[in-house]
Amino acid sequence: MVTSKYMPLDGANAVSQAMRQIDPDVVAAYPITPQTAVVQNFSQFVADGIVHTEFVAVESEHAAMSACVGASAAGARVMTATSANGLALMWEMLYIASGMRLPIVMTVVNRALSSPLNIHCDHSDSMGARDSGWLQLYAETGQEAYDNTIQAIRIAEHPDLLLPVMSCQDGFITGHGVERVGILPDEAVREFVGQYKAKYSLLDVDNPVTMGAWDFTDYYFEHKRQQTEAMNNAMPIVRAVSEEYERLSGRPQPIVDCFGMDDAEYAVVVLSSTAGTSRAVARQLRAQGWKVGVVKPRVFRPFPAQEIVEAIKGCKAVAVLDRAISFGALYGSGPLFTDTTSALYNLGVTGLPIVNYIYGLGGRDTLPSMIESVYRDLRQVAESGDRGAPVRYLGLRE
Amino acid sequence: MPKYEAPRLDRPWKEANPGGVVLEPGNSVTYITGTWRTMRPVRDLAQCTQCLICWIMCPDAAITIEDGKVTGFDYEHCKGCGICAEQCPVSIKQPHAVTGQMGKVIQMVPETDYTS
Repeated sequence: MVTSKYMPLDGANAVSQAMRQIDPDVVAAYPITPQTAVVQNFSQFVADGIVHTEFVAVESEHAAMSACVGASAAGARVMTATSANGLALMWEMLYIASGMRLPIVMTVVNRALSSPLNIHCDHSDSMGARDSGWLQLYAETGQEAYDNTIQAIRIAEHPDLLLPVMSCQDGFITGHGVERVGILPDEAVREFVGQYKAKYSLLDVDNPVTMGAWDFTDYYFEHKRQQTEAMNNAMPIVRAVSEEYERLSGRPQPIVDCFGMDDAEYAVVVLSSTAGTSRAVARQLRAQGWKVGVVKPRVFRPFPAQEIVEAIKGCKAVAVLDRAISFGALYGSGPLFTDTTSALYNLGVTGLPIVNYIYGLGGRDTLPSMIESVYRDLRQVAESGDRGAPVRYLGLRE
Repeated sequence: MPKYEAPRLDRPWKEANPGGVVLEPGNSVTYITGTWRTMRPVRDLAQCTQCLICWIMCPDAAITIEDGKVTGFDYEHCKGCGICAEQCPVSIKQPHAVTGQMGKVIQMVPETDYTS
């Protein structure tokens, strides 16, 4: 274990520091709130000669991800960052990056998608990209955003995986919120990420290859089967890298973070910063004798079905909190809810009362009192035996 | 022209190259696209001025050349797009050797005239 140096950093700056230490070969990015600080700070490191990165200032996010795809196909270690509509503009290239098996690492500072226009946090941007073939990590704090970014490099570039990774954190809440962040020594990060040696490179003229070529009815299906196999087998790789990073940093890196779940009767399943709010509330309620808990998946793609089900299956009632709506999905629920309920069913857990709360859209504050009301609702559900409305709205003016 | 074995079309998914990487550059010559053609370009070679504009414009490199002279078409790869016939600048003086029509040196003929 190495000793971290603690600095006051916001989540965006914490990621910039991780990128400085990773020193990627190429970064191509376009500014968008609230991601801007990530690349702004990193471009300063480039200008100051602190990193060796080729920085490509492009004209749009579509071009940013295109440049990342090209650079990664050339054999470079490539990183970028975006938010909201910027991510939406990358859509076409997200699938090309994963389909070509290019291990690009991208920070997404989560922000609501227009329309109506909004710059504040929700997960509608990255949740829409959950089927794009990228792995997704969600950070609760700036510290986790820093840690996840470094691990993402090793996960993406693992020879048995070779898939791009999205490292997400909550816009403004963690992105612009200054906290105490432990930064590993530069050499430790350099050694941890190591040198990237691409299996194939477009610049290797002695071993020429063609990438991103025509793939018709004869092989496209086989390549997609390979891609889903890689994602299906990703969890052990994520776990191995997390454990190695845990030993290095001394900071726990669970796939699914559980609080109070050994004996919890009522549990909240939630991603990112609101897990912190939920844990603070759960701690208070536990001090009053309530058996409540919090389940926070740090990894959303691949979906940690086994881990989540294992954590919640003994509960009397469970609430899944979603910061995005999957429009038209079951009851208009959110993606974490549909995946969690699907996991319960497929792993043979039936009869567990489970409700969905849509919260925090467009940056709406999620207060401790609201989380407390969720636990009270859960007790009501369990004691009455009536689930009531399957999808509820937290912090909405009714 | 380098010779390649035609790519195997029967490999199970575990044996395909991840990401669709092609390890034999140039093997697209083994991929026969001439079967897509519904219209076939035909040339009256005697009236051709050898301006090579068809050779420049063909998007599939399907104009065959020997010693700097156009000899015909690579019908295994010509998709019948008709760009050569559209771009051909030479108005013929005699009826076309293949179609018997006036017009240009390169003309398009329904592929059904050539297949049973």
